[in-house]
Amino acid sequence: MNVKEKFESMDYAPALESRSAADSWLAENEKSFGMFIGGEWVKPEGAKTFATYAPSTGEKLADITAARQEDVDAAVLAARTAQGKWAALGGHGRARYMYALARLVQKHSRVLAVLESLDNGKPIRESRDIDVPLVARHFYHHAGWAQLMDEEFPEYEAVGVAGQVIPWNFPFLMLAWKVAPALAAGNTVVLKPAEFTSLTALKFAELCEEAGLPKGVVNIVTGEGDVGAMIVDADVDKVAFTGSTDVGKIIRRAIAGTGKKLTLELGGKSPFIVFEDADIDGAVEGVVDAIWFNQGQVCCAGSRLLVQEGIADRFFAKLKTRMGNLRVGNSLDKCIDMGAVVDSVQKDRIEALIKKGEEEGAEVYQAPCVMPTEGVFFPPTLVTGVGTDNTLYREEVFGPVLTAVTFRTQSEAVGLANNSRYGLAATVWSESISRALEVAPVLKSGIVWINGTNMMDAAVGFGGYRESGFGREGGREGMLAYMKHRFEKNLKEWKPIAKPETVAKPKAGSGLSGIDQTAKMYIGGKQARPDGGDSVAVATSKGAYAGLVSAGNYKDIRNAVEAATKASGWAGKTSHLRAQILFYIAENLSSRATEFEERLVSLTGVTQKAAEKEVELSIQRLFTAAAYADKHEGRVHEPPMRGVALAMNEAVGTLGIVCPDESPLLAFVTLMAFAMATGNTSVIIPSERYPLLATDFYQILETSDVPAGVVNIVTGPRDAMAAPLAKHFGIDGIWYFGSREGCADVEALAADNMKRTWLNYGKAYDWTNTDHMNPKALMERGTEVKNIWVPYGDANEGGKSY
Amino acid sequence: MSSESLVNRGTAFHAEWLEGIRVNKSAVERRTSTIGTRRSVKKDSQIAYMLKAISCIDLTTLAGDDTPGRVKRLAQKAASPVRHDIMEALGVGDMRITTGAVCVYHEMVPEAVAGLKGSGVPVAAVSTGFPAGLAPMETRLEEIRRSVEAGAGEIDIVVTRAHVLTGNWQALYDEVKAFKEACGPALMKTILATGEHGNLTQVGKASMVAMMAGSDFIKTSTGMEGVNATLPVSLVMIRQIRDFYERTGQKVGYKPAGGIKTAKDAVTYLTLIKEELGRDWLEPELFRFGASSLLGDLERQLEYHATGGYSASYRHPMG
Repeated sequence: MNVKEKFESMDYAPALESRSAADSWLAENEKSFGMFIGGEWVKPEGAKTFATYAPSTGEKLADITAARQEDVDAAVLAARTAQGKWAALGGHGRARYMYALARLVQKHSRVLAVLESLDNGKPIRESRDIDVPLVARHFYHHAGWAQLMDEEFPEYEAVGVAGQVIPWNFPFLMLAWKVAPALAAGNTVVLKPAEFTSLTALKFAELCEEAGLPKGVVNIVTGEGDVGAMIVDADVDKVAFTGSTDVGKIIRRAIAGTGKKLTLELGGKSPFIVFEDADIDGAVEGVVDAIWFNQGQVCCAGSRLLVQEGIADRFFAKLKTRMGNLRVGNSLDKCIDMGAVVDSVQKDRIEALIKKGEEEGAEVYQAPCVMPTEGVFFPPTLVTGVGTDNTLYREEVFGPVLTAVTFRTQSEAVGLANNSRYGLAATVWSESISRALEVAPVLKSGIVWINGTNMMDAAVGFGGYRESGFGREGGREGMLAYMKHRFEKNLKEWKPIAKPETVAKPKAGSGLSGIDQTAKMYIGGKQARPDGGDSVAVATSKGAYAGLVSAGNYKDIRNAVEAATKASGWAGKTSHLRAQILFYIAENLSSRATEFEERLVSLTGVTQKAAEKEVELSIQRLFTAAAYADKHEGRVHEPPMRGVALAMNEAVGTLGIVCPDESPLLAFVTLMAFAMATGNTSVIIPSERYPLLATDFYQILETSDVPAGVVNIVTGPRDAMAAPLAKHFGIDGIWYFGSREGCADVEALAADNMKRTWLNYGKAYDWTNTDHMNPKALMERGTEVKNIWVPYGDANEGGKSY
Repeated sequence: MSSESLVNRGTAFHAEWLEGIRVNKSAVERRTSTIGTRRSVKKDSQIAYMLKAISCIDLTTLAGDDTPGRVKRLAQKAASPVRHDIMEALGVGDMRITTGAVCVYHEMVPEAVAGLKGSGVPVAAVSTGFPAGLAPMETRLEEIRRSVEAGAGEIDIVVTRAHVLTGNWQALYDEVKAFKEACGPALMKTILATGEHGNLTQVGKASMVAMMAGSDFIKTSTGMEGVNATLPVSLVMIRQIRDFYERTGQKVGYKPAGGIKTAKDAVTYLTLIKEELGRDWLEPELFRFGASSLLGDLERQLEYHATGGYSASYRHPMG
């Protein structure tokens, strides 16, 4: 087409970014890559290789080495060897290296962007303007955290060696999200890029060499899923994984009970809610950014469109018009909106899900885009006419497929949004600040974007609720995921307190010492008899009969979880009210201190002085929980944009709490108090050996204005009841203190719905120690951070500032 | 495209059409900040886009020191905006490119008409007490009539900003409608002076009101406000054009004016128009740049494409 014809058609033409720098880098490496282990490039004899392709063209880019077990072991050993020195280098020393890495990313930004787009298929605009700049930003920001380690995290230290397995959708950015906080905190890493997209990770290894990073601090091994599994199983202290929910659950179960720290960034089916008072055209463009960004292969993609019914027809019409203008093409073309899907495997998956959705009644509309004739491409797709049971409404497609439904009211929108096993991100479009800021906190997701979407920044934590995983990447909370408390390494082994085999029965004719006391369970604010109708005897420290408690079973757990779920409004109560009630509990415990002291002495055999101390500490802990209830406030982040991100501490939800036998009153009170302070409702299984302290306690709860269901107590066989609790889908988090085996069981069972866990991994906390029971850390246990992005601006000030 | 179909007959005043107009500034900025990176226009396409930009320029002089001689020279430039040898080198020597119009004050209309005779380039007159628009209504209407009589085929009117700032949309409608009647057969471009609006939602509503009242084009600025055409304001206005078209089937034109100085800017604007309104709007019947210095940069860039060497302004005939 000549200029004159172009003048008539005004059509665009492909404008390909030069790939010469990328090609020469591939050529320098003879299109064959080894791995970066212990600061050396290794190509083990006998190791298999696999090819990596450019999905836009199908062209083979290079051969990549498939790591074997011994290679992973060597990498982990190299990381282990390097870790001590790296941590000892100190915050400033590490910050200097990380600053160098940030600068090197900028200096090599072009070749990194081109490699990323070639290998992954994403548009060069995205890798150049989004991925690579965010990588540099991440290293800068974390160079800062490294610098501030002593000031900001004095009570923490590095976890050790981090094993990191990353996905193919943002290969380089996910590397940065994993490597930067790990290094900043003093960890060393073994990272495996996804098999489809290894190139930028290998290029990054070169940057590490260029920066003179000490050998073994960063190790890059390549391979498929089996190599990922080797890393998870290896001698690492921390596992960080971003990928599918199914694999996340496998990892959770695989390392259950090992004490390896874990963060999981998993799948999503994130709602994109458009209210009738939204900027409609803005929201339509928001959809483009939500689901046709990176071909929809984004874990936080707004893939479920919820539109208010009154504007739905107009919205869908505008959306279809917009879809018609999208351009799909070669990933290096600077004139496209969407590139290639990563691999034909993924395209087949998308097609299979579409077919299933259609069979279930979905209407599928595909943008009338000109599709490239070669390469792996899938058109922008809109799915309507679905019920909420349709596969395309419920399941993550990980492709450019948007599924739309309508809603009538704000509360219906929230209901639909939260009707999902996922909880990664959500988007709200409304020009009403009252509405948007009312909706954002009630959405079950780790990220909420208001009037925008897919915004990310190194200072703002990223991560999900529910089956979208746990842990955060970015910001302060992201740093915490790569650190542990200094006291942890000194914890003693946990030892069980034996329960007497038999309890001496009261002798006939010994008479009544008082009126018979019945220790029932406490469920939904009422004293409840056990479902099974059985009781078990409790012994004094001398083996004498102390009384009976209910023998609970899984049905009592079920009832208690139901009551706790019903009481979830507790999270929405003011923190002032929660504080008041906790103070009041302390007051009422204080007035009955003598009774609890006697009970402690009688049951546990401690001295009167020790009993007094435990009661006193319990009262103090209630005060501390009350004090923090209205002080564990969020943060206001200032990401590089006109706007803020509100980091809000939200209750985990309904907690299952399995108390230890040691410090039976103090541990119970501590866990209950901090669960309450953070807005959680709880189902508590008290110490199996000393349950009477908890059953005595519910009378205090009854007289302290604790709303029904906020605390529920189920007595009986502890570990037998911990299993149904850990498996229960209505439980959002589980705290368990007991044997290493018990921890492993609970953690494995908790994987089903990705409960947040706090376990002692067979170590013994000292419940009286305020380092072990650091109140801020306890508040963090009870909360998850939700980041609400609020871009703002209305004035037509023409670029002038106020 | 017959010009008759492009006359906007307008509609009754629909207050309810304004109720749904809400513009989120951050969302607008996000869109406009990526328009140039989502659509890269290079090589032959770039040449075509730059020639298109020239064909859409309202070559403008609006200064107190305008003289017949200056206007005559401008008219000649409008009729022959690019050096012939450059056009030859680009392989488009047989294309007759002119600017979209010449835009002057009323007093200069006769000179401009004379200078453009036979060129097919229309003369546009700024009117209605340009730029503040605060002259008595009778004189504003009379100004339009006189310019049309003098041969102006296009009238660029200004609106009373107070109506926008106080939300008196009915008054804005009545005013623009009266101007439209005075224009008779002449094409009417309505200058909203968006740099003086409080926010983008006002820009959106004013755009819609102006179209209801029969504007054939809506235009951002007089060029005299503190802020003139910007991409965000343009996006807001053209989205209203699209909505008006969807509601009425009437295509209304768009004219960003002031502040567009480089070829790169011009190509970005054309891209924005194509993306949001479609190919139909990339014609002088529906799109104009109000600009005086833009042409110079386009000429230089075209010479670069023709010769491979970067150009200098003295090499191009002065307008």
